[in-house]
Amino acid sequence: MNSTWPLLSWLVFTPWAGALLVFVLRSRLPENFARALVLLLSLSTIALGACAVAHFDPAVTGMQLTEKHAWISALNVSYHLGLDGLSLVLVLLTGIISPVALYGTLRHSRCPAIYGALFLVLQGSALGVFVALDFFPWFVFWELSLIPAFFLMKLWGGPGASRAAYQFVIYTIGGSAFMLLGFAALYAAAGTFDFVELAALARDGTLAAKLGGPGAFWPQAVFLGVLLGLAVKVPLFPFHTWLPPAYAEAPTGASMFLTGVMSKMGVYGFLRILWPIFPAPLQAAATLLLWLALGGVVLGAFAALKQTDLKRMVAYSSINHLSYCLLALFAVAAAGSTNPAASAAALSGTILQLFNHGLSAAALFYCVGILEQRSGGKRGLADFGGVRTAAPLFAGLCGIAMFSSIGLPGLNGFVGEFLIFRGVFGLAPWAAATATLGLLATALFLLTFWQRVFHGPAAGAAVNFRDLDRGELLTLLPLITLMFLLGLVPQLLAGLINPLVTTWAATLP
Amino acid sequence: MNPLQLCLILSSLLFCIGLAGALARSNTILVLLGIELMLNAANLNFIAFWRYGPHAATGTGVVFVIFAIAVAAAEAAVGLALVIAVHRHRKSVRLQDANTLKG
Amino acid sequence: MTLAVQHLWLIPALPLAAAVIGALVPRSGRTLAAGAAIGAMAGAFLLACLALAGALADPSAHQVFNFSWFDLGAGALRLGFLLDPLTAFMAVMVTFVSLLIFIFSTGYMKEDANAKQFFCFLSLFAAAMLGLIVANSLLLLFVCWELVGLASYLLIGFWFHKPSAAAAAKKAFITTRIGDLGFLLGLLWLQDAQGTLLFYDGGAGFLEPAALANLSALLPCGLAASTAIGLLVFCGAVGKSGQFPLHVWLPDAMEGPTPVSALIHAATMVAAGVFLIARVYPLMAADQALTGVPVHALTVVAGIGAITALLGALIATAQNDIKRILAFSTVSQLGYMMLALGVGSWVAAIFHLLTHAFFKALLFLGAGSVIHAAHHEQDIRRLGGLSQKMKVTFITFTIGTMALVGVPLFFSGFWSKEAILHAAHGWQVSHLPFYAAVLGVVLTAFYNTRLMAETFFGSSRSENAGHAHENGPAMTLPLVMLAACAVLLSLVNLPSYPWLQAKLLGLHEVHGHPLFEGAGLMGLSVLLVALGIGFGWALYGRHPRAKAESPDPLAARAPGPMSALANRLGFDELYAATVGRLNDALATLSDLLDRFVWGGVIRFLAGLGQFTGLVSRETDERTLNGGFDSTSKGLRGAGQAYSDAQTGEAHGYLRTLALGFVILLILVVLGGAR
Repeated sequence: MNSTWPLLSWLVFTPWAGALLVFVLRSRLPENFARALVLLLSLSTIALGACAVAHFDPAVTGMQLTEKHAWISALNVSYHLGLDGLSLVLVLLTGIISPVALYGTLRHSRCPAIYGALFLVLQGSALGVFVALDFFPWFVFWELSLIPAFFLMKLWGGPGASRAAYQFVIYTIGGSAFMLLGFAALYAAAGTFDFVELAALARDGTLAAKLGGPGAFWPQAVFLGVLLGLAVKVPLFPFHTWLPPAYAEAPTGASMFLTGVMSKMGVYGFLRILWPIFPAPLQAAATLLLWLALGGVVLGAFAALKQTDLKRMVAYSSINHLSYCLLALFAVAAAGSTNPAASAAALSGTILQLFNHGLSAAALFYCVGILEQRSGGKRGLADFGGVRTAAPLFAGLCGIAMFSSIGLPGLNGFVGEFLIFRGVFGLAPWAAATATLGLLATALFLLTFWQRVFHGPAAGAAVNFRDLDRGELLTLLPLITLMFLLGLVPQLLAGLINPLVTTWAATLP
Repeated sequence: MNPLQLCLILSSLLFCIGLAGALARSNTILVLLGIELMLNAANLNFIAFWRYGPHAATGTGVVFVIFAIAVAAAEAAVGLALVIAVHRHRKSVRLQDANTLKG
Repeated sequence: MTLAVQHLWLIPALPLAAAVIGALVPRSGRTLAAGAAIGAMAGAFLLACLALAGALADPSAHQVFNFSWFDLGAGALRLGFLLDPLTAFMAVMVTFVSLLIFIFSTGYMKEDANAKQFFCFLSLFAAAMLGLIVANSLLLLFVCWELVGLASYLLIGFWFHKPSAAAAAKKAFITTRIGDLGFLLGLLWLQDAQGTLLFYDGGAGFLEPAALANLSALLPCGLAASTAIGLLVFCGAVGKSGQFPLHVWLPDAMEGPTPVSALIHAATMVAAGVFLIARVYPLMAADQALTGVPVHALTVVAGIGAITALLGALIATAQNDIKRILAFSTVSQLGYMMLALGVGSWVAAIFHLLTHAFFKALLFLGAGSVIHAAHHEQDIRRLGGLSQKMKVTFITFTIGTMALVGVPLFFSGFWSKEAILHAAHGWQVSHLPFYAAVLGVVLTAFYNTRLMAETFFGSSRSENAGHAHENGPAMTLPLVMLAACAVLLSLVNLPSYPWLQAKLLGLHEVHGHPLFEGAGLMGLSVLLVALGIGFGWALYGRHPRAKAESPDPLAARAPGPMSALANRLGFDELYAATVGRLNDALATLSDLLDRFVWGGVIRFLAGLGQFTGLVSRETDERTLNGGFDSTSKGLRGAGQAYSDAQTGEAHGYLRTLALGFVILLILVVLGGAR
């Protein structure tokens, strides 16, 4: 379906154009107006995303709303955008998290215009990653997202931000470099950068033949390169050590976006690139990768138990939650077509988990941000006590976010995790059984956090703690509402992705 | 001993006197006088080589010498003007005092 | 008029709506919140009665209403509601007991500033419990199961400013979650093996014979698949129902307000585990026909139940906190129910569950009444002499105790316990559970006599107890009603007219036996009860404690065992030393791995990069740049030297000139000699 109006281009470039506008006018706009403008531009994504949902037909499992124009014809590079259920879900997530994060943090930020402009660049890049279908533009978006993230982290972050920002960018670029090399080799063999074409080549086996036949050195090397780039981004255990300092030192808004949206880019890459283009090498490596994902689930959760910095703790919980997604994916890849019902459940769970984790982790980061802001920069586990006495509303909403993260039924987190476990159990029962340890540890560290910070007599920075003001309430409410809504009516999202996922599961090798 | 050799011996003596004067005296004007003597020794050589050389009919030696004398006159004028300027500035005509133009 | 199964969701929805109201009203709206909670619960009670009428119209039928929750793969994930006598009886019991407890709470929580939240949580709890009861899907049951856990977490930690309450809430949630993870795995296995989690679905549900036959395949370890699934599901019940070895959370949970203890930890929540096993009983019993398997699922259930029954009763003898004694008695009684389930008489288990819900709620509310009157004094050694000051509480509490102990004929607890003892006695596999149960009967009689004697007789041993007086009707009325039920409930399942049993088993007609069939066993149990009471009275009743500090007569005689029991046999310490230590070790290991190994590798790589950079820089600086530097330095030196020759001394120049002239001269002279 070729729509006449380039909806997806608008979707991606509105934030960028807006960022330019705000940046150019930064000194002429009054601060309040600049804030409102940034917010409005950020909201464009959810509006255009709603248009996309209206034009989207869930029953069609291919790409929709596609736009394709030749870009660099000498290299066979095209400007190719398109959308399927997976992309749509992530576009909607970006559309929700970005304005919420902006609204929640713009008020307290220095230089709101520049902060907002950088944020809009980040938003546009993430959207580009989710809809680009040609490696060339995709990689441009992918790398470009690092730059605003770097500056947001370094300039607005905490005391250790500079070091963390460098580590984050260097580490991620280090991974991407291998991916770029991999794609260069792929291009040399196949002559195209287009994901759809590459996936089609991979399906009928010609890609592996062009790279030198299955089992040869090149397919493995190219696969490893791309894997490394994506694994660092997600991050797959043990490539995760950049994440806790980065999330902890970034300003609250950036942390929300990093964990809510950017961490999904890696998993998206796994689903969009690695899995369709390298099915055979992935299947060969899947058992080892399954162990790594399991390591992320279990050790990530247990490491969180040991953290005394609340932001680092939430960061580790992100590692744990995203590892569930990878666990499901690798289980599906390892098992192949043995159990399509379980595969469909695992893949559905993965996509739902991406969305749900975005909501709950962003909300948790915002809550920790409130604690940090109220106490003048403290965010240690022992710096608070009895916050619930002083701020019952805050405690209630934070508790809902926390239980969503624990995976309590009735809230969104449960659905994704249940489906992942249901799928993984059908494909690799031992992995599912081991991963329950992660569930237990997650409950343990989050409840410990809750007990130490919110319960007990008021102590430390919690004395005279102010409850939520209207702005903070309005920031959290959309997230909390969605947690309930998606927990009770998961069909809202499942309806968008189910046909796609069912097709994936049915056409497994 | 032919006349050319006699002329050359004379000019050599003249040059040596000029050189000795230029080296020995510290008064700038006297040094200039020594230099003029050396110059004139050279002029004498020109005349001698022309007069006793193979092309005595052409007059090239005289032209050389006249040019050299004209240039030497101008040079002397500039040199003396410099000496006066230095004297005004430093109240001295000693050559050793004017040493600021070194590398 | 009956309630159709399509509308069964209304029963949990009413209290849920009350919970939402309770959450949204401001703190001053406590009357509204309490009113909404009580009104909703009364409505739910009426609906439950209508549902019971509907279920009894055809007790053998499992009426279901299934619907799709969301699309999944080629099909959809389906949930549903189920109406059968088990559901209906449970719903009536839960709504009725909850209603009385809600009413009691209006009196008990009168002074608490946060009472509206209390009613919100209570309603949420009741809604979750009712949802669990009406579910026709193991998944929906699990969802409500977890919500029950959440509500209990919130209620146990209701006085969250007390660190002990906050810790107890966390402990309860985590301990039950350990069991829940087993439950979750069982559920996943079932979904994977059967493709459905519906109990009944017109022949396709997993509790129906066609599906159960799939599960008799043997696993590599020799167990049948249904045994493994059943045991995993049973893990959930062990956690929630406070069975050994996960019973440690239940006594700590007494940190919550007393009505919470009554609601959650006596009448309903802990009963959820027993209900779960009764609900999936066909699954649990599916392996009974198999021979040669190492163990049957129900055998494990019976064993755990017997251990718990004995253990709880033993520990209860050495506790001094009135609520803790009741808590351990709950643990013990739940053990009896599990025992009944394990030995094959799930009907006896449900009967005991129902009677226990009433008399244990009565006992907890009675304890709440005592505690409220005695200004939050809970130590029985510091109470005493309340029989005169609080007549209604005393009489109702006595009735509850007699029901719990199993005083013959007139108390419901007697008949339900008889049914369990009979079932245990008739069990073919082993008689050990029966002996444990019999011993438990003596102990139960003993510690309850002690509780009564210490609390109500003798003299007041503290100022608070001395000033106690009877509470208002909001608190005494529920006591009276529960006491009436504790007596009257015997009538629904007398051996001569086992109406409840027949309905639960789906029979239309009730076949009675003589009232005193098996009189030998009954006589034995009556004798044992008398022995326990007599022993208790001899130790504690005849010479009441004079001062709060006087030593316990039993502890004075056997200090070692009694202090071990008082410390709850060291389970908490054991778990802290093993599981807790292991947990810490894992956490530390993960953290260290991150900091030093994974982070170290990355730092090493970064260091390697920096090292190559250093090498490259040194090469550049030393060799390449060094060469250019020295050349240009030489040039500069030469220039310097030449410029030194220009001294500014005109005589020097002239001397050079002269020297040059002389050299020229010499060259000419020497050359001229050619």
